[in-house]
Parts: sequence; C-alpha cells; structure tokens
Amino acid sequence: MKGKKIFIHPETAALKPLSFNIELCDGCNRCVEVCQVDILVPHPNKGNPPVVVYPGECWYGGCCVAICPKPGAIKLNTPLMNRVYWKEKA
Amino acid sequence: MKDNSCQCLKWPYPLLYDKVQKVTTDVLILGGGIAGCWAAIAAAKKGVRVALVEKGATIRSGAGGSGCDHWESAATNPCSRISPEELTQAMIKAHHGYNNGISHYIECREGYDRLLDLERFGGKIRDTEDEFLEAEFRDEKTKFLFAYDYENKFTLRVWGTTFKPALTKECRRLGVKIFDRTMATSLLTEGGKQGAKIVGATGVNGRTGEFITFQAKATVLCMSRPTRIWLFSPGLPGISEFRPPQCTGDGHAMGWNAGAEFAMMEKSVKGEWSGLRSFPPYGTGNTHNTWYACNMVDADGREIPWADRDGRTLTDISLRYRPSLGQKLFLKGGGESDIPTYEFQGPDILPLEELLAKGFKLPFYADLTGMPEQERKAIWGLMVGEEGKTKIPILKTYTEAGFDPKKHLIQSYGDGWRSGGFLPQERQLFGLPGGMVNDWNLKTNLEGLYAAGDQLLASNCHGHAAATGHYAGRHAADYTKEGAVSKIDSNQAKKERIRIYAPLKGDGRIGWKEMNMRITRLMQHYCGEIKTEELLTTGLGLLKNIQKLEVPQISAQNPHELVRTLEVLNILTNAEIILNACMARKASSKPLHFRRSDYPEMDPPDWKKFITIKLEKNKVEIGEKPLDYYGQLKEKYESHNSDYLEEHGS
Ligand SMILES: Cc1cc2nc3c(=O)[nH]c(=O)nc-3n(C[C@H](O)[C@H](O)[C@H](O)COP(=O)(O)OP(=O)(O)OC[C@H]3O[C@@H](n4cnc5c(N)ncnc54)[C@H](O)[C@@H]3O)c2cc1C
Ligand code: SF4
Ligand code: SF4
Repeated sequence: MKGKKIFIHPETAALKPLSFNIELCDGCNRCVEVCQVDILVPHPNKGNPPVVVYPGECWYGGCCVAICPKPGAIKLNTPLMNRVYWKEKA
Repeated sequence: MKDNSCQCLKWPYPLLYDKVQKVTTDVLILGGGIAGCWAAIAAAKKGVRVALVEKGATIRSGAGGSGCDHWESAATNPCSRISPEELTQAMIKAHHGYNNGISHYIECREGYDRLLDLERFGGKIRDTEDEFLEAEFRDEKTKFLFAYDYENKFTLRVWGTTFKPALTKECRRLGVKIFDRTMATSLLTEGGKQGAKIVGATGVNGRTGEFITFQAKATVLCMSRPTRIWLFSPGLPGISEFRPPQCTGDGHAMGWNAGAEFAMMEKSVKGEWSGLRSFPPYGTGNTHNTWYACNMVDADGREIPWADRDGRTLTDISLRYRPSLGQKLFLKGGGESDIPTYEFQGPDILPLEELLAKGFKLPFYADLTGMPEQERKAIWGLMVGEEGKTKIPILKTYTEAGFDPKKHLIQSYGDGWRSGGFLPQERQLFGLPGGMVNDWNLKTNLEGLYAAGDQLLASNCHGHAAATGHYAGRHAADYTKEGAVSKIDSNQAKKERIRIYAPLKGDGRIGWKEMNMRITRLMQHYCGEIKTEELLTTGLGLLKNIQKLEVPQISAQNPHELVRTLEVLNILTNAEIILNACMARKASSKPLHFRRSDYPEMDPPDWKKFITIKLEKNKVEIGEKPLDYYGQLKEKYESHNSDYLEEHGS
C-alpha cells in the first residue's frame, strides 16, 4: 500500500445536495472542514469551490451553508421528492 | 465534458497506511457528539489528560450538532413544579418499566446544571433579547422559555444551534486533545482478553488511513446507537435514517466484541423516519415536537379539534399546554412513550379515524396563521430554526421559496410527527431502544469502561446526553486517579490493524452499499415484525455465512470508503446482537413492540424483566435484570456523588 497513488471519481448520485456559485465562493474550504460526513474535498485548483465527491452521503443538515462566510456561495438543494406542499389560506 | 466540478482527482490528503500513531492519555472519549463533548469537559476539569476521538468534525458532529430546540427534563430549574424523582418515575411508568432509571434520574437531576454551564461557554439558553416579552411560556424573571407543559415547566425552549461550537471551544480551552476525522474501530483489553479491563482503543483516520492506538486508564463510549439495520437506500445513504449517517452504532459493535453487556436489544419499532419514505424532519405540518401545539385544518379549511386525554374538546389554545383536569403533568417529546399511558398522556388532535368519521377531509394542513403571534414566532423562527436540521434546510430554504407563516398552510403527510408510512418490517431503533447496561457510575460491566448518551440502555435526548456525558466523564476521571495505566497488548492491536486494512486489498467485488443492502434485506425477512425461533435461527446462520464468505470479499478504495466499509461490518455485528436478543426473549411484549408468533402471549408476568446479553469467550451469554435494578433513585444518586453535591449544592 505504501506510496500508492489513488484517484477518486466524484460519485454520480441520485441527488445533487449542493450547488456552488463560482463567482461568490473563494475556496476557503470551511464547508469541507465542518462536514461531519466528509463528503467534500478541496478543489485541486486553489480558490475554486470544493468538489462534492460523495453526494449520496449528505445528511442535509446544512452546517456547510451555515458556516460559509460568503452569502450565496453554497446552496443546499432539498431533494425533489422531499419538497413539501403549501398553499395560501383561503 | 469538462466543468469545474472536476471529473477525476488525486486523493487530496497524504496516505499514511504504513504509519502507526501511539497516543497515551488518562481518559479516552470515543465519539465527539453531545455526550462525548460533555464527558471530555467534565474529565478535563478534574485535571486529567483527555483525548476525544470523533469520526466527523467535533464542531458540528452528531445528532445534536446542527441544533436542538427543546431541552427536556430540566427538573431542577427554578420554575419547575416537578421534582427529579417525580419526573423520572413518570418516565419509567410511561415506558411500562422498561427504562433506565439511573440515566434518566441523572438527566432530571443535573440537566439544568449543564444548561447553566452552556451559558457560561457561550450558548444561548434564555430570551436575553426579550423577543417573547410577556408570552405565556416565558418566565419574566429568568427569561426562560418553556415548551409543552406550561404549568410544570420542566422542558425549555433553547437556541441549540449555539451549543456545539460552544462545547468544542470549551474542550479546546481545557486542553482536551481532539482527534477529528478518526473512527474508533475496536476496544483494547488487558491481555487482549474478552471481558477483561479496557485499556484503550484503536482508530483509523478517514482521510489519511493512519492507524492509531490509544492507551488509556479509562474509556467512555459516546457513539450513539445502531442504525441502518433494517433501512438502507444505496441512492440516499446519507438520509437512510434520522441520525447522521456516520452514526452506525460502532460503539455497540466494539463493546460487544470486548464483552460489554447490553439489555433490551430485542426492542425495535416500525419505521418513524427515513428519507426513503419521509419528508425533511420538522418541515411538514404536524402537531408534535417542534410544531407542538400548532393549529390544524382539513382540506376545506375546517379547524381540527384538539382534545385532552379524556376526549374533552379544548376550545382555548392555551389549554393545549396544560395538564387535563386532575392530571399532575403530561409528557411530550422523548420522555413520552410510543404507546401513551393515560396518566401522562398530553393533549393532541383527535385520532385520524375519528376525524374522518366526523367528516373531516384529507389532506390536513398546519395552520400557523391561526396561532397567537408569540406561539407562531416560537414555532416558526425559534423552534424551526434552532432545532437540528432546520435552520438551513427548513427556515432558510422555505422562506426563500416564498413560505410565509402568516399566510400559508403547510401540508401534513402522516400521523404524529411522522411524514410517511412504513411497512411493518421496516424497523428502527427509535424512542428508547436497548443499549449498554450501566451502574450508578455509568460504568459498564467491564472494568475501565463507561458509557453515556444514546449509547446507553433506554436513552434519548440532548439533555440526557449532556447530563450523562458529564457524569460519565467525571466518574471516569475519578477512576483514573485510583489506578495506573495497564499495558496495551501489542498482538491485539496488530490483529486489529490487519482486520481494518483487509478491505483495501479486496478484489472490488463487494462494496459497502451492497453489503448494507444485504443486511437490511436479511433483517427485514428474518427479524421483521413477527418473529419465530425458526426465522431468527436461520437469520443468524445466514449472518454467519456472510461473515465467512462475503466479508472477505468486501473492498474499499481509499480511507473514506474504508471508514464506510468498517461501519457496515459494525452493522453486521449489531444485527447479530439484535437477532440473539430476540431469540432470548421467549414471550411477546407490547411496550417492547416485540411479537413472537411462537410465544404469542403478551407480557406474561415472568417475562417482565430486562434480558441481558453479552459475549463470554466468544459465546453468547444470556442473563436478566429486574426492571427496577437501579434501586432508590435519590439515595443511590447521592451516595455516588457527594463531591458533586458539595460543589453544586443539593
Ligand atoms: C435532527 C435531530 C433533532 C433533534 N432534536 C432534539 C431536540 O430538540 N431535543 C432533544 O432533546 N433531542 C433532540 N435530538 C436527539 C439528540 O440530538 C440526541 O439524543 C443526542 O445528540 C445524543 O447524543 P450522543 O452524544 O449520544 O450522540 P451524538 O450527538 O449523535 O454523537 C455521537 C457521535 O459519535 C461519533 N461517532 C460515531 N461512531 C464513531 C466512531 N466509530 N468513532 C468516533 N466517533 C464516532 C459521531 O460522529 C457523533 O459525533 C435530535 C436528533 C436529531 C437527529
Ligand atoms: S462555499 Fe463558502 S465555505 Fe465553502 S469554500 Fe466556498 S466560500 Fe468557503
Ligand atoms: S448538508 Fe451536512 S452532510 Fe451535507 S455537505 Fe453540508 S455539512 Fe455535509
């Protein structure tokens, strides 16, 4: 195992829990560090938004969004089948 | 096609599979959730060296990391009208005796002390900004906000998103050595023997793959409870269960292998929440928990009546927060049982069938617009906001999508707090499930091994985890002052290193997700709603075959996948504990949600006891304990905590 180089392919998941705004994100990686499931890794090119390598493992708790210092840089996407219906009171 | 999401990348962390890090400490805490942080703080305050091992990131890890909106059973707060003894007895009775008298008494007795600590660490526990001035649920002097039973005032509404960062900061201030991204994989025992004194643990880093041995005088298990035994979705592994996905009950599996004793592991309930079936927690219309006691209307906008335990309609909203006529207190949240006990049953809307018979039409909606301003703001804004998984996924997301609590009705998708239906064989360890047996020091049956939080028998809730964590941490620290460190058995550590790295050499045929699906399907078939000797024995035999034939083929490509794989191996062990526990109880039981068609009689008097289970020389040993094994609560507690009482006053 020693010295072995490994590569990872970001997994194609059923869902896409996070999206990043490339303009607003400065690649500080705070979201990477706060994630308890460790689904993100820093982008190989500094300054870019992190890479979501294990999207399926997201817990949808939003701690990554809460810690982000750049409002709007990262967004949590509720899975489509989990979107709730509301209506105006008649 | 290229985009900035990156198609293939080099593993971004150094790979240290060939390294072994050796750590020596006095108290070792495994799991940096609520219980783990509190244990670390209490032990460090006693002046001993503390190491805290957390699989994720301590600052937000665990079920309570993203928030907590209600802190239960703070019976010693100055406004409470219930004593810790009364409240613990109520919780025991509400669960028909199948409860942990020790841990819940600690919760009732010390939970409020932990709240005051939290405030000192920077957490918010009272309405300091006077947002809820003169609300019915506010105490003007202390500025505490209460939930549920406004008469007895033992559950507080709190700003739980502030808690975990405050706890982490306090751990750091006290010099706790935090090992984040580190999965504890096994317990080390004196001489490598099962059932012997615990002398430390092993771990593996989920980023570098580095192997770590921790030598310790005392170890506290704080890794919560088993999940993904019956429920798993390979497409949505992260939300297969209610708890965070890395909380797979590793502490149970490693405790079991070391010889720790468990009770009530035969109890499981029909699924309550899974992303497979349910909507986001606290994000649908309901009348429970975070949404207590919201107005509900039917499809035509007709208001759904609330009633007390006797079916008397409650005309005034304020009465939903009061015990019924002649009732001392009611229980809501984690203290209440899944099968309501009349004595402690709280107000609710009428049962669905009754409502349909009265002509109410589905679907039902929660109607915040009809709530008094202060109650609306307490539900939407305070509780939805401070509760776990709500600040971003619900409050922010719904608000941005246009939801307005003063205008909109939000749909309900299930009964109680549920938002989906489950098949009877889709089960979970929920409510107060089984767990590790503890004594009045929160020590397990093994020398040097303590447990706290949802690791324990019949455990649940944030305040319980905080109180038991602190308690276990200080008793573990006291213990280390009595004795010297024992030596780690290097052979045992070496064997563990070989075991955990084996998947890296696998041929790639079986991945962790396929193995998890394998286990959940098996458990649905052989340990579903209705159990029999034949089903359980066959299930156990099949599990053994998996261990022998399929586990050696399991494979992982990098440290992250290795952690996921080791978790599934723990799930396999936990399934084995559960099957064995189910075989040991040869009677059906209503409070345990336990049905055996070969022993159909419900709760025969001879079986009203805890069945305990552990490994001895690798053989399953069955024992029993009386339901009231904890003895006289107040006396026992006080005889074990004279120094604490001196410091905190009785
Ligand atoms: C969404 C949500 C909302 C909730 N809201 C409330 C509420 O308002 N009020 C309330 O009273 N209760 C609430 N609860 C329950 C409460 O959060 C839990 O009872 C409490 O967090 C249990 O504490 P714990 O320390 O036992 O477990 P956790 O806080 O879950 O901590 C367990 C820790 O162990 C770590 N771990 C697991 N395996 C390993 C390993 N092998 N090695 C190292 N570390 C490991 C995990 O990463 C985790 O950090 C809520 C739960 C959820 C999920
Ligand atoms: S999304 Fe936010 S937290 Fe994450 S890297 Fe970008 S700026 Fe930093
Ligand atoms: S929502 Fe939670 S689990 Fe998902 S990426 Fe963010 S921090 Fe990680």
